[in-house]
Amino acid sequence: MSVETIHPDNRAADMPLAAPQIGLPIGILAELTHRCPLRCPYCSNPLELERREAELDTATWKRVFTEAAGLGILHVHLSGGEPTARVDLVELTAHCAAEGLYTNLITSGIGRAGVMIGPLAEAGLDHVQLSLQGASAENADRIGGYKGGHAAKLAFARQVTDLGLPLTVNAVIHRGNIHEVEDMIALAVALGARRLEVAHTQYYGWAYANRAALMPARADVDRSVALVEEARRRLEGVLVIDMVIPDYYARFPKPCSGGWGRRTLNVTPTGRVLPCHAAESIPGLEFWSVRAHALGDIWRASPAFNAFRGTDWMREPCRSCERREMDFGGCRCQAMALAGDAAATDPACSKSPFHARVEALATAEAAATAPGYVYRTIGGASALPQGGRT
Amino acid sequence: MRAEETDVPRLPRGVKLKYDQVRSRHVLLAPERAFDIDETAAAVLELVDGTRTCGEIVDALAARYDEKREVIADDVRDMIGDLIARRVIER
Repeated sequence: MSVETIHPDNRAADMPLAAPQIGLPIGILAELTHRCPLRCPYCSNPLELERREAELDTATWKRVFTEAAGLGILHVHLSGGEPTARVDLVELTAHCAAEGLYTNLITSGIGRAGVMIGPLAEAGLDHVQLSLQGASAENADRIGGYKGGHAAKLAFARQVTDLGLPLTVNAVIHRGNIHEVEDMIALAVALGARRLEVAHTQYYGWAYANRAALMPARADVDRSVALVEEARRRLEGVLVIDMVIPDYYARFPKPCSGGWGRRTLNVTPTGRVLPCHAAESIPGLEFWSVRAHALGDIWRASPAFNAFRGTDWMREPCRSCERREMDFGGCRCQAMALAGDAAATDPACSKSPFHARVEALATAEAAATAPGYVYRTIGGASALPQGGRT
Repeated sequence: MRAEETDVPRLPRGVKLKYDQVRSRHVLLAPERAFDIDETAAAVLELVDGTRTCGEIVDALAARYDEKREVIADDVRDMIGDLIARRVIER
């Protein structure tokens, strides 16, 4: 008998369900809204946030989810922004459940989340992923830019476990909270979480703009990785810990989204369909919208999805690399941001000519005094310095 | 981790065995994970109902398949134990 893990994302696992070229997607990230009470400086949303008036309506989202189920998608990640800012979230969740989709709520636990979680559980919600910004209220509220947020999150976590829903805690790690990793592991256990994601910040969107304020020192990264490995052994059967490694210090890049256009797709609040949440940072890609196309047509035929699918687009050193079907050349958005070319090898890879520069950059930023955060706000991108930071 | 014959395994809320019409096979859906399930593994998981013990699951399979009980017991206890360690099955 065999039981093979076929995802999570960002992991080079077997993928027996997908054909090498255009296979079947397994997950959809539905960014229902960009509205969120938190202002985390590492938010993965783009700098140009969409406004409420431009969001897809309920009927369109329902059609998208029906098409997703027909396409072979297994998991729907209801995300944002803060997804409970959408008043139709219970209706959308019930629709996904009726379509046989596994529903995962990715939430801050703040705002309307507390009043909505009961109805969501009744509508068939399968799992809750709650973000924590730190282990202590003072630090977490400073990072999230929202006073009282941490206490509200702890109360929300209690509601989730009281309802019998499985809880994952997601902790984004950076220099402002890397000293709290041990406490966050203990907190996840105390909250009754089954899973913890120790996600070292990936530098896209707001995190890229705030990189100098977020980049941890290599010694701190190594210490946090050792702590997680020790905790995994100690907590086997109690807490599953997944870790995302900070790739500026890595030897090989992450297989971003499990390979471009290979397993997952991402729908923005206004309906554009992206291979990953940062793909719009690559100039010249043509994204199709669910307003104009069926999801299956977008998956198979949209220019953006086919731009970096498979290995034919690769140049050296990726093209002849023995890891080309393990990490797919790494992340296209990071290649764009750091090498100025989306078809280049991800500079997180030690084979990239830019790798030494990226590592030196991280080391220098981590050693310098951290600048203040540019907090995420709608319209707030104008406060950012112009031009790149590389 | 290896499950005991006296353990009573169950799929907790948030873990679902599903027959995937698109791929024509069983999948086990869990938080942030899916598991590709072959026919034998699906036969085990269909017997995981929160009332049967591992021993009773082995008995049911031994009655159905032409294989020694000890061999089936080893496979079932390893598979269920592995899924317990990954917090996909509870006991």
